Amino acid sequence: VTTVADFFAMGGQGLYVWLSYGAAAAVVAYNVLAVRLRERRWIREYQDRERRVAGARAPAVLGAEP
Amino acid sequence: VTLQELWHRLGSPRWFFQISGGLRRVLGALAVLLLVTGTVWGLVFAPPDYQQGDSVRIMYVHVPSAVVAQSAYLLMGAAGAVLLVWRMKLADMVLAATVPFGLSMTALALFSGAAWGRPTWGTWWEWDGRTGSMVVLLFLYVALYALRQAIPRPETASRACAVLAIVGTINIPIIKYSVDWWLTLHQSASFSLTKAPSMPPAMWIPLALNALGIYCFFGANLVSRLRLEILERERGTAWVRERMLGAGA
Repeated sequence: VTTVADFFAMGGQGLYVWLSYGAAAAVVAYNVLAVRLRERRWIREYQDRERRVAGARAPAVLGAEP
Repeated sequence: VTLQELWHRLGSPRWFFQISGGLRRVLGALAVLLLVTGTVWGLVFAPPDYQQGDSVRIMYVHVPSAVVAQSAYLLMGAAGAVLLVWRMKLADMVLAATVPFGLSMTALALFSGAAWGRPTWGTWWEWDGRTGSMVVLLFLYVALYALRQAIPRPETASRACAVLAIVGTINIPIIKYSVDWWLTLHQSASFSLTKAPSMPPAMWIPLALNALGIYCFFGANLVSRLRLEILERERGTAWVRERMLGAGA
């Protein structure tokens, strides 16, 4: 019968196994988040800039088709 | 679409952006499915090794990350060649977008290798052909990153990176054959596309799932980075404007 504690102990080699899987999780998370955060910031900055430009040109038609 | 037409269309970042949204979702979903299955299988259901015990489970992290790190480098070498020959914009974007992924996967391969070496070899680190050439791979990724940052003119930077990427591919066969050329602690390849696996199915199936999964993850991540790179480089164009302001992104 394998208990949860046995599973985490990994036959006494838990330190090495969990270090590896932890690093793997960190690397995957880094690759996902790095792109997602940059993407979000880029879209926000783009839309802010467009709004500023549109506002300077013709505040009344903000959001309307040019 | 013939191959020739596809080649010409790849010259258009806009076309790539339009077709790649669905591709990214499919690859991302496959990656989650494969990596979750492979990891749970490898941690819970795969048997411990009769000599190594449970530390053999590090294999399901170590091998896929090491393999994809090298494939990513080969892709950059190919992209570098395409860039120098055909001046394809997308090739330069591939070259730039692959660096962070490849760098992080090389680091993961080295780190998990060290964590596996401690219980099996009795040491975190041993300089030999395999570990040395993987450190060289890490430095090549760092150099590619630094080179692009260091050269202000984009065209010069991309050509310099292309040359370095191509020259660096010489390191990939060195990594592959290092375990056969030099006597070392690192075991030789135990997984091959042409031979029957030397492991029981309960071990090689989760390994194969994680390997396939990491390639899907690479694909999805590369497409995501390429899409962002395209938006940044084409931000002045009408289609980006329409896309950003029209559909609410």
